[in-house]
Amino acid sequence: MKVLVPIKRVIDYNVKARVKADNSDVDLTNVKMAMNPFCEIAIEEAIRLKEAGIATEVVAVTIGAKASQEQLRTALALGADKAIHIETDEKLESLHVAKLLAKIVEQEAPELVILGKQSIDSDNNQTGQMLAALTGRGQGTFASNVDVANGTVNVTREVDGGLQTVALKLPAVVTTDLRLNEPRYASLPNIMKAKRKPLDVIAADSLGVDLTPRISVVEVHEPAKRSGGIIVDDVAQLVDLLKTQAKVI
Amino acid sequence: MKTLVIADHDNGVLKPETSKTINAALKLGFAVDVLIAGENLAPMSEEVASIAGVNGVLVADNSEYAHQLAENIADLVLSLAPEYSHLVASATTTGKNFMPRVAALLDVAQISEIIDVVDGDTFKRPIYAGNAIATVKSLDSKKVITVRASSFDLQGEQTAADITAIDAVFSSQLSSFVSVEQTESERPELTAAQVVISGGRGMQNGENFSLLHGIADKLGAAIGASRAAVDAGFVPNDMQVGQTGKIVAPNLYIAVGISGAIQHLAGMKDSKVIVAINKDPDAPIFQVADYGLVADLFDVLPELESAL
Ligand SMILES: Cc1cc2nc3c(=O)[nH]c(=O)nc-3n(C[C@H](O)[C@H](O)[C@H](O)COP(=O)(O)OP(=O)(O)OC[C@H]3O[C@@H](n4cnc5c(N)ncnc54)[C@H](O)[C@@H]3O)c2cc1C
Repeated sequence: MKVLVPIKRVIDYNVKARVKADNSDVDLTNVKMAMNPFCEIAIEEAIRLKEAGIATEVVAVTIGAKASQEQLRTALALGADKAIHIETDEKLESLHVAKLLAKIVEQEAPELVILGKQSIDSDNNQTGQMLAALTGRGQGTFASNVDVANGTVNVTREVDGGLQTVALKLPAVVTTDLRLNEPRYASLPNIMKAKRKPLDVIAADSLGVDLTPRISVVEVHEPAKRSGGIIVDDVAQLVDLLKTQAKVI
Repeated sequence: MKTLVIADHDNGVLKPETSKTINAALKLGFAVDVLIAGENLAPMSEEVASIAGVNGVLVADNSEYAHQLAENIADLVLSLAPEYSHLVASATTTGKNFMPRVAALLDVAQISEIIDVVDGDTFKRPIYAGNAIATVKSLDSKKVITVRASSFDLQGEQTAADITAIDAVFSSQLSSFVSVEQTESERPELTAAQVVISGGRGMQNGENFSLLHGIADKLGAAIGASRAAVDAGFVPNDMQVGQTGKIVAPNLYIAVGISGAIQHLAGMKDSKVIVAINKDPDAPIFQVADYGLVADLFDVLPELESAL
């Protein structure tokens, strides 16, 4: 079974994003970038499937500028067998990304596609579901457990009321939640080995997908700041202020 | 121009998010119909019809919709889409599951988790864990939108609107329901509660969460948690507040033994009043807290319970 794992280069999750002075966007100049944490979980799950003898090949794919090859190399160092870079300098929307990925699904014919449930920059939570729709596959989103057997994948999903398990016919699409697994770190020898693994580059505009924007960003601004609070001395003062000043209890 | 809201419910209980999503949808400026899909929907359909501003209710009552499988719900919504200019759902785990599927099948973008409606095409939404707010304009002829319910108000009531049955049944066979583990709780739902008290890694274990129970009882509060507390297995996943958990904006949020990581703040910093209890005076949670108490939680929680 081949597993395809689409990944994204995003701001490092420890870094607080700042808005540009002209309010056109978030400022990413000289900001530390990394693989989206949910994508790391997706890669880890695919590698575990391979280690369990269920997956035979793990292919990582990313869409973005040249620099995103760094994250593909990380995926290769973690255990992916091959990488595909769909190169573009445009800032693409989820629908475009899903359409480009659908082309790769057509080419690679993976039985399972595992993606992160959301990227921590745009916070959209859309691409996996869109890809499933465009490729006519079933979807198991927000997965905290994935179990592949006999042409079916059982996915336990983190939902608002608890956990829901669904069975999907393969081929299928899964998106990862935080508790699916704990990603490993790449070892130095594996980082060296990853340099020799295949990484194909495809120009995004060669795939025949209409990449015209569907959304225009009017402006980006900072959220309203909370006014500074006070440190109370003890519980008695806290309860008193909540009653008399904040009037919330 | 007309809007279709897809109602969110759970086991026969209409979620408060539905009413708030209708509130957001009405701001678009067009008539709002509501689709409710599931099984045994009669009482809930009446409830939806009585939410102020609802023009009509469409009821798709069939076992194929019982578990809100995204493939079937998306096909159902798609079949109704030609009549509507705007399709709107709550950004709950149900709405987040089927709505992007609808958008892709309609070949339009989805605008996720809006927190404000500027006009029928233009919306505000948080990005980068809420560290920036983007104003975005949809260029598609049809809009597919999910709503962050905590940013909108509950609607009042009205005399019931018309209810119409939808007979079409979609059964994709791509997925099937296996099981559900529902977290049982007597307490108010996190996203609906006026008061939320959350515990973090500082709670040390699941048993210690009982220190929050007495306080929650006295305040009628829901209990939440940080990711660290959920990952460590102290409490179930549906209690996680944050960028990738639940978004809450109660009148009072009490964070206990929570450091205040960006991802946690993203889920609670729009609360009206924030209280932080933490033994580390430098914990970032104090930067957003209206009232901070630098103390050992094991000392002050029992005190707080008896002081209330
Ligand atoms: C992709 C991604 C998504 C994430 N999503 C979320 C999310 O949705 N929600 C979320 O919460 N986190 C999320 N996180 C995790 C987040 O980055 C933090 O790791 C997490 O919020 C930390 O939880 P915590 O504050 O409970 O633990 P810690 O950061 O370990 O803080 C524990 C705090 O307890 C205090 N403490 C300890 N003992 C006591 C005591 N006896 N009395 C008083 N205080 C005490 C300490 O001083 C400390 O400040 C996410 C991370 C990633 C990478």
